[in-house]
Formats: sequence, structure tokens, C-alpha cells
Amino acid sequence: MNVTLVLFLSFIAVTLGITFWASRRSGSSTAYFAAGRQITAWQNGVAVAGDYMSAASFLGIAGLIAFFGYDGFLYSVGWLVAYLTVLLIVAEPLRNAGKYTMADVLAYRLSPRPVRAMASVSTLTVSTFYMIAQMVGAGALVALLLKSSNISYTTAVVGVGILMIVYVVFGGMLATTWVQIVKAILLMGGTVLLSILVMAHFHFSINEFFAAVGHVTYHSPDGKEVVKDFLTPGLRFKPPYGPLELISLGVALIFGTAGLPHILVRFYTVPDAKTARNSVVWAMVLIGGFYIMTTFLGFGAATIVGRDFIAKNGGNNMSAPLLAQALGGSVFFAFICAIAFATILAVVAGLTISASTSFAHDVWTNVIHNGVERKQGEEKLVARITAFVVGAMAIAIAIVLGPKANVAFLVALAFAVAASANVPVIIFSIFWKRFNTTGAVMGLTFGLLGSIVLIFIGPSIMGVDPPTVVGAARHFIQRAPIFPLENPGILSVPIGFLGAVLGTFFGKADHMAEEKFLELQVRANTGLGAEKATAH
Amino acid sequence: MASANALQTQSAKPAEKVINGKTQWDRVSEMDEFRLLLLAKIGFVVPATIFFIVYYFALPILVGYAPAFMSKRIGPVNLAYLFALSQFFMAWAIAALYVNSARTFDKYGRHIMEHLKREGWFHVDDENGGKQQ
Repeated sequence: MNVTLVLFLSFIAVTLGITFWASRRSGSSTAYFAAGRQITAWQNGVAVAGDYMSAASFLGIAGLIAFFGYDGFLYSVGWLVAYLTVLLIVAEPLRNAGKYTMADVLAYRLSPRPVRAMASVSTLTVSTFYMIAQMVGAGALVALLLKSSNISYTTAVVGVGILMIVYVVFGGMLATTWVQIVKAILLMGGTVLLSILVMAHFHFSINEFFAAVGHVTYHSPDGKEVVKDFLTPGLRFKPPYGPLELISLGVALIFGTAGLPHILVRFYTVPDAKTARNSVVWAMVLIGGFYIMTTFLGFGAATIVGRDFIAKNGGNNMSAPLLAQALGGSVFFAFICAIAFATILAVVAGLTISASTSFAHDVWTNVIHNGVERKQGEEKLVARITAFVVGAMAIAIAIVLGPKANVAFLVALAFAVAASANVPVIIFSIFWKRFNTTGAVMGLTFGLLGSIVLIFIGPSIMGVDPPTVVGAARHFIQRAPIFPLENPGILSVPIGFLGAVLGTFFGKADHMAEEKFLELQVRANTGLGAEKATAH
Repeated sequence: MASANALQTQSAKPAEKVINGKTQWDRVSEMDEFRLLLLAKIGFVVPATIFFIVYYFALPILVGYAPAFMSKRIGPVNLAYLFALSQFFMAWAIAALYVNSARTFDKYGRHIMEHLKREGWFHVDDENGGKQQ
């Protein structure tokens, strides 16, 4: 047995241990959905960071920097700054006014059934699209990481899927949180170690490091040798649409993060708003540190391993593991691969629980049964069944799509929907007295449809491929794209806000909603009447 | 139909305590501390949000539309890299300032709760007020 497989199995053993421990403490609904609201600030901060630092960040951004230098690093920046939106605007009111989901806050003063139904459609869209992207990536990656053990894509997808279902169904939010914490600590540890090794390679001299970054050599597709300064902007985002693409990506990140359901549910796991606030600060320290270190990972891979070698050995997603191999040998390679694996598992588990919570709490209990849980524990049972169904569907879809499917656009779509549908209505329901049910439903609908339509007429789906591109890697529609950007945020976010404003003025003034605005304001800002922590 | 639905959930909740014809929400909203709390919060959050959005979007705009200027070398790196790096410190600084200001918000919040307690809004074993089920 090789070292990678041993490390994979040890991580699985530890997380199953956590799940078993958590399952005995997940009796009540609050325990199952919100870990009893007893997670501390640092624990939740680490878990939020863990939920956020997906394999796309660890492997994807390192790869983008290794291939495109500075333009890859630009991706890193927005991920941290986005947390200011979470900290300043969303985290505390959400904790004070809600119970388990984002829709709780929207339904507080608006008509609960239509608002929850639409909010849940939006939540499920974000979670499932994000999850499918992660699953396809996971399958391809695990198969690549475990190449020497002959694990196929299908086996990898099924394995990852079953594990995430087990965590969520048996361990609930408590297990998901601790799996996330263990993974985040491993990920930070691995990244710090790798960064130190990179700097050691350059004799701990910043000057030597950046001098090497200034002269990166590789071969272009036609075989010519190219020397580039990797600190120069514009290697990836080229005119005419490159700069707009960057701005649009920024809009999706800055607004979208505050609307990601799997991040928002985390704020219900802490005892009060102050802890929620402090947990965001913990998360920001970790996330910022991590993304600054992507400089060392990415530029390190570009200078020490080289673009040519990475391209021949698995492509840009393998930049970080290959860097580990070059600097620390096969055991370190195995360690970094195991961290990537842990990252994928923890993130899909977080997505599964946010999707199943939204279905059970918003759709089942509040939309179908008018806010009454008919039998004690029914909501929890429905959530468990949903987690199983969602997991099984994700496995099936990932297998059907196959390892070569172009799924990166699903992540862009998830962020766009979160930014364009969820965030405008969250902001308006907290800050705008006149806001009403029609406004919320129209805001959610416009944001959701706007994002989907713009992605589908954009270059992710439409494009003319040369005949050399075959199978699943080809664009779905072989025509020139109608909308020029891969990230629709710059247009879809205004569409979401516009929908919410238009809806509010089309709909009748809702006196009940305006009266309850005062109540929501008091509650959101003082924590009066907020859900309390429960003993296990 | 909107208000009919709202009424349904309203009736599912236990009746709210009313003193002198006011609910606790009415009472808090007329307290000076509450007005000061809102003012202090808006006074921080609005300028901070405007600042960070402007500062952040300056990066892709400058890098996208003035790449030559941003490629200017400064020490071992260039302006583009330094500006990107400064975003991290900007975010941390605003977070630190916010946590600091939030002490004032928490102080007002505590005063409001103390007022309510003195006025007899909570039972001894029910500090949670009108908890929603």
C-alpha cells in the first residue's frame, strides 16, 4: 500500500470517529441543525474558513498562479475582502433574527410561504451546482492522486459521496463542523509548511524569490521558449473583455460570499451575535493568511517545478502537489494529496447539510406544513432523507458527466446566484422598511434567472471549438457566445436588486411587514428574543 | 393574501407580553440607547462599506485599464502586487476597527436589556423575552 492511500484512510478513520461521537449528541433538532448553538468563536471561525477554502482554492488558485502569475493572484484577493460584507452587514442580524436558514430572516416580516419557497429554490440551486462541480473535480482529482493505487473516477466519486452522506446523516451539523475544523487545520498546516519550503529553496530571501518570479521560462504550445515576468498583469485577463471579466468576478465574490448558504448556516451554530462576529474575524485571519500564502505556492510551482512539467503531469490543478513532491519528496506529496482529499470531503459535506436543512426547514416544515412540525423530530428525519437523496443525486450526476466535463462554470454560477438572488433580498429585508413580499419574490426570481440565463448565453456554454477538442470538453452550444463574460455578476447583481425594487413598488404596501420592520430592527441589532444555545 | 399568511404564523406563536399597551419591541424602539445604537452602527458600517468597495474595485480597474502604470517596479516587486497585497491588510484593518466599535454597540445592547429587566419584561427564568418557536 502506498503512503497516499494510508493517509487518505487515516483521515477517513478520524472523521468517522468524529461522526460517531457527534451522532450521540445530535438528539434534538437544534443539536442536529445547529450543533446546539454551542460552537465557540474560534471553532466556528476555523469551520467557516474550512467551508470556504475548497479544493478550488487550494489546488485551483495555486494552479492559476503557476500558469498565469499575477492574474491568478488577483483571484485570491477578492476571497478575503468579501468577508467584510459578511462581517459588516450579514452575520449578526442573521444570527439574531433567524433559526436555521437564510430564509428565516426573510420570512420574519414578509409572507413566509412564497418567500421561503423561492429562497429555498435559490439555496438548493447554489448548493447543488456547487456540489456537482466539487464532485466532478473530486472524482478526477482522487483518481489522479491515487493513480498508483488504480482507483477509478467512478469509485472515487462513489466513495466521496458515501462519506459525505454518512457525515451529514449521522453526525449532523456537529460532525460537519468538526470535520471542517480538522481539515482547515491540516490545510493551513500543509500550506505553511509548503510556503516555508519554497522560501527555504530561495534561501529565505524575498529578493531572490521575486527575481525568479520575474523570469519564468516555459514553452508555448508551438514549442517556442518563452520568458515572462510573472508579476506583470494581463497574462490571463487580456483585452477586450479581460478587465471587465475581472471586475465582474469581483462583484460576484464581494456580494456572493454573503449569500452562500453553507457559509450562512454556520452563524446559527454559535451562541450569540457577538460570537458570530468574532468568528468572522477568526475566519478572516485564517483566510487572509491562506490566500497570501498562495503567492508562495503558485509562484513557487511556476519557478521551481515549471509550467512545462506541470502541464505534462496532470495539468494546473496538480501544481501544489507537484511542488510538494519537488521540495519534500514522495511522503510530502502524499501528505499534500491527503489534504486536498480532506478539503474536498469537508466542503461537499458542508454543502449537503446546508441543502438538506433548507429543504427540511423551509420547504417541508414551513411551506408544506405551514410552520408546524407535526411530530417531534420530523424536520430532522426529513433533513436526513434529503441529505441521502441529494448525495445520491450528486453521485449519479457526477458519474454521468464524467471526469472531463467542463464544470468550472457551475462554481461561477453558484456565486452569481448567491450574489444576485440572495444578497439583495437579505439586505433589503434588514434595511428597507417599505420592502415587501412581492419585492422579495421578484428579487430572488430575477437574480436566479438572470444569473442562469447570462451563464448559458456566455462563453462557458457557448463557443466554437476546433475539431481537435472532443467529447465532454466541447462547449454545449457550438456558436459564438452572446454575452461576453464568464462571470455574469456585473449585470446579474443589478438585475437582482432591480427585481427587488420593482417588485416592492408593484406589490401593495404591506402594513404588517412595515410594522414588523421595527420588531426586526430591534431584534437584529440587540439580539432580543434571539434563539438561545441549548445543552446537549 | 400576503397578510393572511403572515397572520397564520403570528397565531402559531405564543401571545406577546404587553405593558401599557406596548410590546417589548415598541418599548425598545423608543429608548434613547436604541437610537444611539443604530446611529453608531450606521456611522461605522456605511462609510466602512463604501470605503472597502471603492478600495477593492480600484484594483481590477487599475490593473485592467492601466497595466503599464501598475507594472512599475517598487523594490523587488511591482505596484500591482503591492496594491493587491495591501487589500489583505485593508480588510484586516477594517475588521479590527469594526470589532473595536462593536464594543459600543454591545454596551448599548446591555443597557437596553437592563432597562427591560428593571421594567419587568422578563420572568426570572425567561431572559429570552418573546422567543419565536
